[in-house]
Amino acid sequence: MRVPVSTPERCGEAAVVVRGLCVTTADGRRCLVDDASLELEPGEVLGIVGESGSGKTTLGLALLHHCRRGLCIGRGTIRVAGRDLGTAAPEELRQLRGRLVCYVPQDPASALNPALRIGTQLAECLEPRARRDRTQLLDLLSAVKLPPRESFLESFPHQLSGGQLQRVAIAMAFANRPRLIVMDEPTTGLDVTTQAHVLDTVRQLCDRHHVAAIYVSHDIAVVAAIARRVAVVYAGRIVEIGPTERVLRGPAHPYTRALIHAVPDIDDATPVSGIPGHAPEAGAEFSCCSFAPRCTLAVDACREHLPDLLTIAPGHEVRCPRSGDRENLPPRGPVAVRETSVKPLLAAHGVRAFYGRREVLHGVTFEVGAGECVALVGESGSGKTTLARCIGGLHAEARGTMTFHCEPLPLDTRVRSAATRRRIQYIFQNPYGSFNPRRSIGASLALTLSQFEKLTSSERRGRVLAALDQVSLPASMAERYPRDLSGGQRQRAAIARALITDPELLICDEITSALDVSVQAVITELLSDLQRERGLAMLFVTHNLAVVRGLAQRIVVMQGGHLVEEGPTDAVMRHPQSDETKRLLRDAPRFTAAGREAAIHL
Amino acid sequence: MAGHVSAAARSAARSDAARAAGSYPAWIRSVREFFSRGSAIWGASLTAAVLILVAIGPLFAGYPPIDFVGAPFESPSLDLPLGADIMGRDVLSRVLSGGTVILSLSALATVLGVALGGLLGISAGYFKGVADDLIMRTLDVLLAFPQTILALLFVSVLGSSFLLIAVLVAAIHAPQVARVIRAAALRVAGEDFVEYAKGIGTPPLKIMAREIVPNVIGPLLVEGGLRFTYSIALIAGLSFLGLAQDPPAANWGLMLNENRIGLAQNPWAVVVPVGLIAILTVGVNLLTDAYGSWAARGNRPGAPQPAEIIEGPL
Repeated sequence: MRVPVSTPERCGEAAVVVRGLCVTTADGRRCLVDDASLELEPGEVLGIVGESGSGKTTLGLALLHHCRRGLCIGRGTIRVAGRDLGTAAPEELRQLRGRLVCYVPQDPASALNPALRIGTQLAECLEPRARRDRTQLLDLLSAVKLPPRESFLESFPHQLSGGQLQRVAIAMAFANRPRLIVMDEPTTGLDVTTQAHVLDTVRQLCDRHHVAAIYVSHDIAVVAAIARRVAVVYAGRIVEIGPTERVLRGPAHPYTRALIHAVPDIDDATPVSGIPGHAPEAGAEFSCCSFAPRCTLAVDACREHLPDLLTIAPGHEVRCPRSGDRENLPPRGPVAVRETSVKPLLAAHGVRAFYGRREVLHGVTFEVGAGECVALVGESGSGKTTLARCIGGLHAEARGTMTFHCEPLPLDTRVRSAATRRRIQYIFQNPYGSFNPRRSIGASLALTLSQFEKLTSSERRGRVLAALDQVSLPASMAERYPRDLSGGQRQRAAIARALITDPELLICDEITSALDVSVQAVITELLSDLQRERGLAMLFVTHNLAVVRGLAQRIVVMQGGHLVEEGPTDAVMRHPQSDETKRLLRDAPRFTAAGREAAIHL
Repeated sequence: MAGHVSAAARSAARSDAARAAGSYPAWIRSVREFFSRGSAIWGASLTAAVLILVAIGPLFAGYPPIDFVGAPFESPSLDLPLGADIMGRDVLSRVLSGGTVILSLSALATVLGVALGGLLGISAGYFKGVADDLIMRTLDVLLAFPQTILALLFVSVLGSSFLLIAVLVAAIHAPQVARVIRAAALRVAGEDFVEYAKGIGTPPLKIMAREIVPNVIGPLLVEGGLRFTYSIALIAGLSFLGLAQDPPAANWGLMLNENRIGLAQNPWAVVVPVGLIAILTVGVNLLTDAYGSWAARGNRPGAPQPAEIIEGPL
């Protein structure tokens, strides 16, 4: 059907050639990856971008000729360095994995054996002959920029940080100089600085050893930082593949464009926009373009038959017949940051918090004005969540004074008055844990309401529906249970539950970090609207500076339990004063080469 | 392209099936899903068979269970289908009415034990800290005693009454149930929705009742099933030792003891009560297992997603 693009420099066979790969469920009913074709040169990094359920991880695993339980590889060939993995016997395949093809998992903490020393686990990856050779192990450590010391080889996984564990996992993958490495979101759990360093290491290793790598991620900015080419996956199909710069600057598929519009850009204070409609079920549609229901450019032909991959430029292919057309997206212009009259709503003075004997907040002082959105930014362990929990009254092991409306605010929610509790509402990070799974969404909202007000059941129902309506959830959602809702829907419901009490201050604890970018965009849009319409004050806790660029009026940066910088968003972003802020800005993954250049000079 | 066409047809057929499935209420679909496993069908049939036998059996007994109607250990005949026992009483009639006390006492003891243990476990898991230590260490001390012997001691000193036996067996179960439920409650108590309920000022008792209990119902029911089989074994054992009911009462446990010397002459007088206890125990265990796997289905990797797609944003 499709002629592979051949350019003059591609003489001989590429390091990795994948043709028409399909992954189906064991009963053959659903196709989770359909007709995937890729080619990689030695040393090339290809990024695979997609949202949850798009099949990107399934595709990544299939390149090792492996599927999760209940799935099987239907059609297609995978050739790595001339070997066809499909024809290898199970024992042979086992041998090839680890030597020819390798895998770096998303969560190294669960991939490493907690009972074995790092050295033992590294040695296991080497040829039996080489295992005794400690210098080789130390070389492996220094290759991934870990301290090449005996003591490091003697340590156990729990003694290392997340970034170090991920480096160990990468060292294990590179140990035998494989021809292909599949990395499944290896930096998702890391903070931006560690992520930047790990990405750097991977890029250098691939270059130096001519190893082809597939980098699977949901974060298009991360992929832009590492990959020379990028493939965008939607509903099990590659919808666009091409050189990274080309795809990011001139995305040809409507989905790629929407995805890029949803990613907050740290260099650009424009508001993000979400993708309308909802994500499809896992698995490919056979009869039409899967994106057609959400696409403003879709024509009848898109709904009638599946578009083929078309080559629009050398090496740039797109699965859309209207790749030349553009929808009328609102231009990304600068957002007007509103100056709010800063009448302090909440003030914290010298707040110190403890876990047992350990002090994690060392006297933090700051204010949130009425109707103002303050971003609380810092990397993991900086104490930002603890501070948010103190303000929410959820962390009682604390000292210091807080005032709310100029009246003293007790640190323990049990001592606060009901009126105060209703005016400060907390929204949790994990949308999957913040609702009781045994109660319908409507009942959960009603329960919160009845905690503060005596209402008849019909009044209560009216308020519940009104709250759902404010976050654009349909009334039918009231009867649903949390498991029926997607992550984004649950987070909307959590916002509705907070709004139902008519609060004045909303504490949002990393509420978008568990969500896909397109959903994150929708949620930040919603919060922005709510702030404007209802004059809500917000404390938005996040590790991602880009998210708050178009949302917050002020930024508070924390590090190691101290407040290190505070100021209006634009000023902090443009002229960061503290080293921590500079570092956070420098290490944030960027879209554009220009942005990356600028960051280096910060 | 042929592959694509047939796949399209398949997907059309699938959505028809989804519509058909969607026409039943959710609870019927759940029940059907539950009985789709073999262990559920077998467990339910075995348990139901014994329960029905115990419930309506006495109506079909040929003779009163304490009447002497044959020779001791008489072999089965048309008149006495399972023969006669040591005193010449009809084994069938005694089997039919001999399960009532064992079963009702076991049920009572299980309910009491699971309720008490559940309450202790949930309190320990929710309050943590000092309350947790106090409750769990006290239960550890109780667990340190050989429980069956303790029960025997109490029964022999205080005399046997049904209520006392039920309470003793419940007290034996409570610490074990509490340990399991504490672990489950500890996990639930760490969830954000419990944190949220605390944050809006919900009193502890309401949090336990509304937020935690519904989320430990699964382990509670599994424990209930498991404890029920233990209760049956324990109470049948106490009956065997003559501590539950006095002769000439018909009781499966007592029947074993009375008739074991005649095992060679009329084995049915022993085999049938033992078999019924075994069938009931196996049945309840299978049912419990099936429930456990059914309740965990939502967390299983590769579990089917909700059948209908929710219309709405995102």
